[in-house]
Amino acid sequence: MLDRIIRSLAAGAVGAALAGSALAMDITGAGATFPYPVLSQWSTDYSTLTGVKVNYQSIGSGGGIAQIKAATVDFGASDKPLAPDELAQSGLAQFPIVIGGVVPVVNIEGVEPGKLRLSGPILADIFLGKIQKWGDPAIAAINPGLKLGDAAISVVHRSDGSGTTFNFANYLSKVSDEWKSKVGEGTSIQWPAGVGGKGNEGVAAYVKQIKNSIGYVELAYALQNKMSYAAMKNGAGNFVEPSPESFQAAAASADWSKSVDFHLVITDAPGAASWPIAASSFVLMYKQPKDAQRSKTALDFFKWALEKGQAQAKALDYVALPEPLVKQIEAYWASSIK
Amino acid sequence: MTVSSTASTAVGLEPLADGERSAAETRQDSLFRWTLFGAATMVMVVLCAAAVSMLWGGRLAFQTFGWHFIVSDAWDPVGRNFGAFVPIYGTLVSSAIAMVIAVPVSFGIALFLTEIAPGWLQAPIAAAIELLAGIPSIIYGMWGLFSFVPFMSDYVLPWINDHLGVMPWVGALFRGPPLGIGMLTAGIVLGIMVIPFISSVMRDVFRTVPASLKESAYALGSTTWEVVWKVVLPYTRSAVVGGIFLGLGRALGETMAVTFVLGNAHQLSASLLAPGNSIAATIANEFTEADSDIYLSSLIALGFLLFVVTLIVLAIARLMLSNLARREGR
Repeated sequence: MLDRIIRSLAAGAVGAALAGSALAMDITGAGATFPYPVLSQWSTDYSTLTGVKVNYQSIGSGGGIAQIKAATVDFGASDKPLAPDELAQSGLAQFPIVIGGVVPVVNIEGVEPGKLRLSGPILADIFLGKIQKWGDPAIAAINPGLKLGDAAISVVHRSDGSGTTFNFANYLSKVSDEWKSKVGEGTSIQWPAGVGGKGNEGVAAYVKQIKNSIGYVELAYALQNKMSYAAMKNGAGNFVEPSPESFQAAAASADWSKSVDFHLVITDAPGAASWPIAASSFVLMYKQPKDAQRSKTALDFFKWALEKGQAQAKALDYVALPEPLVKQIEAYWASSIK
Repeated sequence: MTVSSTASTAVGLEPLADGERSAAETRQDSLFRWTLFGAATMVMVVLCAAAVSMLWGGRLAFQTFGWHFIVSDAWDPVGRNFGAFVPIYGTLVSSAIAMVIAVPVSFGIALFLTEIAPGWLQAPIAAAIELLAGIPSIIYGMWGLFSFVPFMSDYVLPWINDHLGVMPWVGALFRGPPLGIGMLTAGIVLGIMVIPFISSVMRDVFRTVPASLKESAYALGSTTWEVVWKVVLPYTRSAVVGGIFLGLGRALGETMAVTFVLGNAHQLSASLLAPGNSIAATIANEFTEADSDIYLSSLIALGFLLFVVTLIVLAIARLMLSNLARREGR
């Protein structure tokens, strides 16, 4: 009698577990570290709402691309958009999920956030090692009245491969021919000068420790660590400070409608108030997934995130995608992902 | 062996002769021997498998660049041109600085604990050294970056730059911007990390010196220093060298502490104040985002080269030891 009770209880437990897992599917994703904070927040909120857990591992853009190509995860994330022919070859679809920006940060005594003004060519020359002192006439020319001293500039860059580096180097390639020919763009590049910190945190730590240094980080890190960021001269000739508003202006002015598979890097975006080094993070999914149910669940999550997740993105210093872009993405899903 | 023969006859087996073993015991014994043999060969197999798999993974890099890979100082992921010289140089220099600092200090600690310290002081100091060994390496890296680097850049490095950097030939070694992060800082942090390993081996080995040897030397009027240099050290020489190379092996492979304070810059510079890169730090930083096959293969080839460097260092140690032993006529 007792034996039968135990057996039926065990069978019931197994049945409940199986039924439970059929209802609450776990979606897995892997990729870039840049969108990790906001994806993590969205995942928590979505799971409270629907019970579906989204498990995202931030192993880097390269790792994310490799994992989705091997189909070990349901979606991959990359800060660097893949070219349409590479997407077609692997049968992948690509769409942006969140926008942020790369911000130059400095550690000069007496210079407060937003006070230092830099332009693209000057930034390129600093990172090329051509401008070596803060007292250089080119910097002084656009910073009248700002006491910078004449100390040597210590350059800090990323030691690990990163989408942040890709967007930064992409911008420098657009504004400086010498950068484009000498260094180029990529998630890892051959830096002509400077020391490397591991991750955004590493660069922030180095810039804080080394006097008269300059580095580049995501806006969230600059704000959290209370670092002194620089205002940049954008394509329209205006000096803009990095903020969700200037990132949004860059996202809005970028022409997504002409891009194939959203292959667009929004650095050096046109527009009077655009931040010149805005960056978007992309999600990669299979056009014809093996498990259509999991793919649909993932798309439901992204739909919720794009339409209802703006508050969380804003709280974490990201920029939610503009309305027309969200509509374009949803149309793309309907046509490309089965 | 009457007892055992009685026991064997009791169960119907043949009585054993003097000195012989029963079949069961022989089987047990040979099983034990084979298990030990298996354990030893397993170590050899794992070692060879690791080396071969790294060589296999790095074959694309070696095929593309050839011997030039070892002497080239390029590291261009975009142009796909890689060279191992900068990481190898950084690894060797930072480990050398670590050894220059750690060996005398460990020697002093071991000596103090075995010869000079009063009994009540030995245990606390020994415990403190063991604790130092237990600190995770990433904590060393964080302490290095947040506490030690500002100290170096504010006080020590400017002094070195001004006073040692102006010397005629060796000045080039000590000239450079006082960033704080660089070879010298990394070498000092590494040195502190390996002190517990070297000093604990030295201490254990110094204790094995027979008291009669030391007492005879004291009785003949030697000072403590003479006893140590002429009696204790020669007696324990091979173990001491073994301990030093244990520490060196740790320093060569150290990743997290080095990547925090070495600067991760793929640049070659004669100055000890300049940042550099090490093999372990390069692999740890760049492996996950290596986006081309040649990039990945170059990183694995770097791992193989670290393996080779460690092997060469160990071979030098063995040669040194056998040379010394030969000179003593052993």
